[in-house]
Amino acid sequence: MAEATHGLGGLKYDPAKRSRAPEWNVFGALVLIILIFEILNRMQGGSFLFNMRDNVDAIFNQQRLDIMILQVAIIGIIALGVTQVIIIGGIDLSSGSVVGATAMVVMSFAQTAMVNGNPNPKAIFGDWAMDLPVIVPIAIGLACGLFAGLINGLLIAYTRIPPFIATLGVMVSARGAARWWSNGQPVSFPTAEYGQLANGDLLGGMTFGLLHWPGQNPAVVFVLLAILFHVIMTYTLYGKRCYAIGSNEAAARMSGINVDRHKVLVYVIAGLLSAVAAVLLTSKNLTAQAGMGVMYELDAIAMAVIGGVSLAGGRGSILGTVLGAAIFSVIISGFTSIKLDAYYQEMVKGAIIVGAVVLDQWRQRKRSRG
Amino acid sequence: MSKIILETRGLTKHYGGVHALEDANFILHEGEHVAVVGDNGAGKSTFVRQVTAVEQRTSGEIIFDGQPVHFAGPLEARQAGIETVFQTLALADDLDVPSNLFLGRELFKFRLGPFSWLDRKTMRDRTLEALKTTAVKIPNVDNPIRNMSGGQRQCVSIARTAAFASKLVIMDEPTAALGVQETAQVENIIRGLKDRGIPMILISHNLRQVFDLVDRIVVFRRGRIVASLRKDETDGNDIVSYITGVKGGSDAAYA
Repeated sequence: MAEATHGLGGLKYDPAKRSRAPEWNVFGALVLIILIFEILNRMQGGSFLFNMRDNVDAIFNQQRLDIMILQVAIIGIIALGVTQVIIIGGIDLSSGSVVGATAMVVMSFAQTAMVNGNPNPKAIFGDWAMDLPVIVPIAIGLACGLFAGLINGLLIAYTRIPPFIATLGVMVSARGAARWWSNGQPVSFPTAEYGQLANGDLLGGMTFGLLHWPGQNPAVVFVLLAILFHVIMTYTLYGKRCYAIGSNEAAARMSGINVDRHKVLVYVIAGLLSAVAAVLLTSKNLTAQAGMGVMYELDAIAMAVIGGVSLAGGRGSILGTVLGAAIFSVIISGFTSIKLDAYYQEMVKGAIIVGAVVLDQWRQRKRSRG
Repeated sequence: MSKIILETRGLTKHYGGVHALEDANFILHEGEHVAVVGDNGAGKSTFVRQVTAVEQRTSGEIIFDGQPVHFAGPLEARQAGIETVFQTLALADDLDVPSNLFLGRELFKFRLGPFSWLDRKTMRDRTLEALKTTAVKIPNVDNPIRNMSGGQRQCVSIARTAAFASKLVIMDEPTAALGVQETAQVENIIRGLKDRGIPMILISHNLRQVFDLVDRIVVFRRGRIVASLRKDETDGNDIVSYITGVKGGSDAAYA
């Protein structure tokens, strides 16, 4: 059945040639990058993949894997929302600031009254807001994310200003709100239960063959959300509409899709995911600071773009972004493992983001040439 | 005469000072295929845009299926049974063929607001069926249509129209950018519509095609209908005379 079918006009057409999912390319790049770092490490007498010191029970370097997954998980959660925003042809620059503002508010409702026998020195509210059940700060945090997403969505859908401008405005304002909330002071000392959210170990101790699950809750949440949104984007009307709008907004409108309402929904979901990231981040650090989440939006966009999500809209997938996030964290920890200076890391990171976009443009041009 | 499916009375559209369409009186009967011809800027596409409610008319009446209608937009027109192939393709390039065919009218396994579960298998099966009945050959319907040739994409667009056609089909220069073989395929689809008794308005510059396919030819010139002729009472030279204004001056009888 490998016989080429004939398309219109007698042109040869090989269906098999085009059916490879673009995610395989991203996966290939991931493997390649890991190999490059392994080679670079070997040249320095170490190893990127394997624990050379005490490889008693772990072939992979468990410690490094744990750090990588943790690093990637929280920003990865934001990237899941950013992916959807980019697929509909938008952009969200506000996620990092929304994380910061949400972190301040959430922590204020997660505080405990007594710290080591003394009243909480960082208390924001009175006793009424102390030692609340953990569901209260979570719900308030999600409400903050929803609110920010709603502003983004309504601005973009109904004033028709470019998403870049709308979310830039929200980015600046949300960071301002984060600083204003406690006059720039950090908010600290959450309840023990709140601290457990991210530092707990929901699935700890599980072993899959060679891999030892790191058992960090942020990673668990990231994986679950990634699966959830992968299913939503692939199998539901929501996903179909995202791709349709990003692909040809006029056609989507003409087909009767309520494009404006859908856009609002997508930005709200992105806001909610930023809020989830804020809850996990504050829980993990046991404190909230106004500067939290700075530059996260760019890292999240980078993960999506590296994962093959096209900034032109209409193309990309959650799976691609997860792979992009993996590449992102491999590059970061790879640089650390070969002891590259942090300044160089930033510079190279920027180059990689630009490179990914150039690659996307190049792929696009190649495809349209047929 | 059989039942009238579409009638316009004094349909007029002004863009500021430009009188793009002036007092168009047009009648389309059940099962009839009518061609709309005319020079560029004669008002053909403007006429279609008023009927399909892509734009709102300045004045005049549109009677569709026995009822005066005021569609708020193309979606309402479509829901009423007017399927249109526009000059600019209304396709989403990154979606596959079934998704494009069912864009905006997806089928579901179960409904849950925006998170309704798509019935991808049924949509795919029906797509293959629709492509079969319209004799459109697409090598692999699961590929995004971005990867397809202009002709294949146009065929998808037309197959969508033909598959969902209920009361009236409008095609605005469906073969303008197509090769010989692709044009033949589109013409076959149009003949299929004729066999199914679905009325159609065809906008075309191709007089050979027009004489091949339709029952009646309506000529637009400078925003006005200057002639409405049955195919067997006219010929190519006659039509060209009307298009260029040799025949049918300002005092021409309206259709």
